[in-house]
Amino acid sequence: MAQINLSNLKHSYMPAPKGPEDYALKEIDVTWRDGGAYALLGPSGCGKSTLLNIISGLLTPSEGQILFDDRDVTALPPDQRNIAQVFQFPVIYDTMTVGENLAFPLKNRGVDAATIKRRVDEIAEMLDVTDMLNTRASGLSPDNKQKISMGRGLVRDDVNAVMFDEPLTVIDPHLKWKLRSKLKELHQRVKATMIYVTHDQTEALTFADEVVVMQEGEVVQIGTPVELFERPQHTFVGHFIGSPGMNVLPCEVKGDRAVFEGHEVMLEGPTRGDGGRTDLGIRPEYVGFGETGIPAQVTKVSDIGRHYVVSAMVGNTALKAVAEHNAPNLGSHVFLQFKPEQSRVYRDGWIATEERAQ
Amino acid sequence: MRTENQKAWFFVLPVLALVAFNALVPMMTVVNYSVQETFGNNQFFWEGLGWFEQILRSDRFQAALGRQFLFTFLILIIEVPLGIIVALSMPRKGFWVPVCLVLMALPMLIPWNVVGSMWNIFTLPKIGLMGYFLNDVLGINYDMTQQPLSAWITVIVMDVWHWTSLVVLLCYAGLVSIPDAYYQAAKIDGASPWSVFRYIQLPKMKTVLTIAILLRFMDSFNIYTEPFVLTGGGPGNSTTLLSIDLVKIALGQFDLGPAAAMSLIYFAITLLVSWVFYTLMTKDDAQ
Repeated sequence: MAQINLSNLKHSYMPAPKGPEDYALKEIDVTWRDGGAYALLGPSGCGKSTLLNIISGLLTPSEGQILFDDRDVTALPPDQRNIAQVFQFPVIYDTMTVGENLAFPLKNRGVDAATIKRRVDEIAEMLDVTDMLNTRASGLSPDNKQKISMGRGLVRDDVNAVMFDEPLTVIDPHLKWKLRSKLKELHQRVKATMIYVTHDQTEALTFADEVVVMQEGEVVQIGTPVELFERPQHTFVGHFIGSPGMNVLPCEVKGDRAVFEGHEVMLEGPTRGDGGRTDLGIRPEYVGFGETGIPAQVTKVSDIGRHYVVSAMVGNTALKAVAEHNAPNLGSHVFLQFKPEQSRVYRDGWIATEERAQ
Repeated sequence: MRTENQKAWFFVLPVLALVAFNALVPMMTVVNYSVQETFGNNQFFWEGLGWFEQILRSDRFQAALGRQFLFTFLILIIEVPLGIIVALSMPRKGFWVPVCLVLMALPMLIPWNVVGSMWNIFTLPKIGLMGYFLNDVLGINYDMTQQPLSAWITVIVMDVWHWTSLVVLLCYAGLVSIPDAYYQAAKIDGASPWSVFRYIQLPKMKTVLTIAILLRFMDSFNIYTEPFVLTGGGPGNSTTLLSIDLVKIALGQFDLGPAAAMSLIYFAITLLVSWVFYTLMTKDDAQ
């Protein structure tokens, strides 16, 4: 068990990186509290797997340090870091039984037979695989295989952190949900720090206490799922999280208002800085319909079950709104109302409005 | 509902006809010869299983069979581990991969009789590079044309040189198909290099290794050209393997009956051993 500290971490796969564009990880400073459940969320190629491999020791960073509690582990190989990692595709040892698979990490560390048996039985019980202990692991279904590879990580009681690299990719949709709740349950039982890498926001938001959103090798925001949803620090976070994502509308700033397609929009608070590219960010959930407001024409209405997603054009800009019921008709002219406390200005992508004191 | 349809058989007919003409019919002529005696003039006399009995009882056949088994055994015991070791030490990615692959493939591209001639010239005691080097530089008494042991070593080394690549390439194909995650997981699990080999690489290579062993068994058991060109079966009969002996009987002495019987026995042994190999090696998968 340990707190994980990443300081000034940079990594490039090139031998002599020149500019920041040569870095897969650009400058990471994160602290992960002991026993927390974290998710690393970002699109493919954003550096999240690189970061994970650096923490587990499969990669050595070009610059920076990794601390487990206060111990510098940057140069240590994976087996001395006491971490466990679950990969995208289940890794199991085909020729061994389920029990032998679970015992393998302990055997390699010279643990005595009685302890091995006790730990294996414990973990098997936790994972509901007790009845499979003596079957060959090669014949198992993908979700059970993934459970076994998870078990191989948990079987050691000195594990500092368990890392998951998109572990549900190959699992059938109806089992994903089951395995996800199993994970959550395991986290509560073993209380190890867990870091979960994914590009699926549902997985990240349901699993983690805190989500680290990454883009192009940079951390853009760290926060609880609610924070990420309610107050994205970057247009990328707003767009990436939420379904549909946040509307990002080009605008001009005039005092404490934004001017969007010639219409003034009230903002959550005063705007900092000046210059750069400014955008108005508002989630579709906070765009309402009314008798007055910004005139728009409805171009598409999708019924997604719980509610309707309405696409509309304001001047030459397309945006989306969510209607709980009574969706407007296709082609009709409507008036949109933006919730002021959820309307923000982003300057060059980063949030530029300040929250008004409550 | 299953609909039975026998039409598919018609599509197999052309292949069946082709196989019949190039394999079954010639094979049946061999069967025909094996149970008859002829003195020319296309006159045949029924011999029954006499030739089979004669061949099986003959010292000459038993000796050739023994040499054949020894040869194949040595080939397998050298080429399979060596092939695995070479495959394991080949690079997984980068510039050297194609270089290694081409180098590995080269010996197999050389026609078999050329391999025999090459090694013959290479190992001749006075004029061959290796023969000269061993005798005149290192002072080792080596002459594959005179000493049975030298001849055997030369034949074995030649086959290892010629065919280890096949095992290497097959094993390499098995190795590169292992995802990186396996090695990473093994690192995290604290597995030793031996465990990585035993529990990850060897199981993943198993299928290709089965094929490699089967191919090497069949090819080495039926080998003819290279030892024939290299030693011609000598000195004496020391490197007369089954196929060389068979050709001597069939074309040298023109004893068609015994040769035919011997062919069938030879074929049956190859088939039987291959079957046993295959059954043993794939037994685990059935569970």
